[in-house]
Amino acid sequence: MSEILKLSDFSVSFDTPRGDLHAVRGVDLSIAKGESIGIVGESGSGKTVLSRATMGLMPSTATCTGTVEFKGAVISNLSRAEVRKNWGTGMAMVFQDPMTSLNPVRRIGSQLMEALIVRLGMSKDQARARSVELLERVRIPDPYAAMKKYPGELSGGMRQRIVIAIAIACTPELLFADEPTTALDVTVQAQVLELLAELRQEFNMAMILVTHDLGVVAGQTDRVIVMYAGQIVEAASTTDLFRNMKMPYTEALMKSIPRMDQSSGQRLRVITGRLPDPTTPEPGCSFAPRCEYATDKCRTEKPPLVTTQTGHQYRCFFPIGGSL
Amino acid sequence: MAGSGKLHLRLDSDPLLIVQDLVVQYKVNRKSFVSAVAGISFDVLRGETLAIVGESGCGKSTLGKAIMQLPRPQGGTVVLDGVDITALDGNDLRDVRPKVQMIFQDAISSLDPRLQVKNIIDEPLKVWKKGTAAERSVKVDNLLNSVGLDPVVVRDRRAYEFSGGQCQRISIARAIALDPVLLVCDEPVSALDVSIQAQILNLLQDMKEKLGLTIIFISHDLAVVKAVSSRVLVMYLGKICEVASPDDLYARAAHPYSRALIAAVPIPNPDVIVKRISVDGEPPSPVNPPSGCRFRTRCASASERCATEEPQLQEVGLGHFVACHHPVTN
Repeated sequence: MSEILKLSDFSVSFDTPRGDLHAVRGVDLSIAKGESIGIVGESGSGKTVLSRATMGLMPSTATCTGTVEFKGAVISNLSRAEVRKNWGTGMAMVFQDPMTSLNPVRRIGSQLMEALIVRLGMSKDQARARSVELLERVRIPDPYAAMKKYPGELSGGMRQRIVIAIAIACTPELLFADEPTTALDVTVQAQVLELLAELRQEFNMAMILVTHDLGVVAGQTDRVIVMYAGQIVEAASTTDLFRNMKMPYTEALMKSIPRMDQSSGQRLRVITGRLPDPTTPEPGCSFAPRCEYATDKCRTEKPPLVTTQTGHQYRCFFPIGGSL
Repeated sequence: MAGSGKLHLRLDSDPLLIVQDLVVQYKVNRKSFVSAVAGISFDVLRGETLAIVGESGCGKSTLGKAIMQLPRPQGGTVVLDGVDITALDGNDLRDVRPKVQMIFQDAISSLDPRLQVKNIIDEPLKVWKKGTAAERSVKVDNLLNSVGLDPVVVRDRRAYEFSGGQCQRISIARAIALDPVLLVCDEPVSALDVSIQAQILNLLQDMKEKLGLTIIFISHDLAVVKAVSSRVLVMYLGKICEVASPDDLYARAAHPYSRALIAAVPIPNPDVIVKRISVDGEPPSPVNPPSGCRFRTRCASASERCATEEPQLQEVGLGHFVACHHPVTN
């Protein structure tokens, strides 16, 4: 299995007036070519910071430690200018909010052609022709007319398709999709997810899908990583994770989702409390204060990340169904 | 879809709210109007939770606001507790307002970030002169307690210091301060994490039972709707597609649009292979809606009749109504 991306002991912290804020803590992760991975967690779990820091999209207040290898080469110690060379052709990103990730005062065509001209050295005419093809590929009706439009003239779903077209313009090998459908209607969400799956197959693209929706992850990914307070707390193949949850946090997250296959009027299970303060880490398991199974051991000792024979990882002293 | 008709009204069971032929239009330019709500009738029984679902732009939020006369609808009647509030003006209308309160989608921006929490909740009480300052202060503490916030900790803090879920709790406390009979919740949980979403949905349920509230719950998330509602109204481009109990709707939706909406919801189980009933594209512009059934341009079973004749609501089961010429049967 050839790896496209490998993170080793990767951490990100921000310098804030209240002290260092540890957004990502010691993440080890590797992704194979063409693989699709879901990163799941609540707001503030560090999933977005993890994906952005991997790409090198961090403000100057952030400190990243550990190594990031992309296609076998370490990129975490490169200068911003050198990291940039990978953007577009190596890795690309689809952001959550299609309303703000396009430039409102530039026509769609010029925003699409920019990447093609800068990255692939195309002439204007070549770039224009390729842009129309891309718009057709992401199923924009009447692509010639769309080239001349401004983002404000298009609906949210259409704009997200444009953002996807820009991201795949230089056929990246790894696509980050950060909550790509959270701002969209369910029907449009289904269409956009289907489109991403098709494109992934077509270009043999690896994908990291960042989302808080376990439903989206279930249908779209090979492997799922659950994050809590900046750490990986569970990782397994998608089928294994949903059939055989080990981590109480994952279970609690799953139970709090209203389900279509349950009868109406039932009370929802909740996870009480909220994420711990990232400036003052818990002495024990970071989920212990909200965990219904927590013991004194959980509150004082940090559980290590355990890997089972099947490759299922979890960070818990008392996993559901017992340890293997 | 989507059609007209009043077969689904239950006028003999003394509903709290009866809306008939409601029309809300916005001016597009000097000549044309868009009918965001194009002649909708429905009723809500006392203690019921009516969910209104549909895609963005279908008019569900406009409908919620029109019930509150914000803005005044261009046509139709809204009868609350036997009083037609579309006929009221000035002080008469103002006297009705405390009875209907609203909770908005974006809790953080619907609270003044610089006001202290106690002042946010006190404001409606003060405006309506409910008691002395000391009495109101006690009432504010009780309200905070009832939505699960500790008054000692939160009353002097300002809204910007709170997370989305906590802001939504403060909004709920403010909305119930004047003892409303009807609560209109416009996408109250769609900006929240799943774990927080469950807390807020349970809180709304508790409030409803404790205070005997009637709720109109506007949402695009069918799974959430199923969990909280007692009746669901599916809307498309300003018209009604289907009205049914949630269990009926999810088990045997009769309208092709309802089916498509249900099929689009992702299921958190990789073993379930969802048979996708595709709806292509997005809703057409309501400025120039399709003739006849408004859903026909995206509908797989559309026929010529759908283009010429607007479907009327017909009963397909007990309390289950659909406006479609070709309803789907199991």
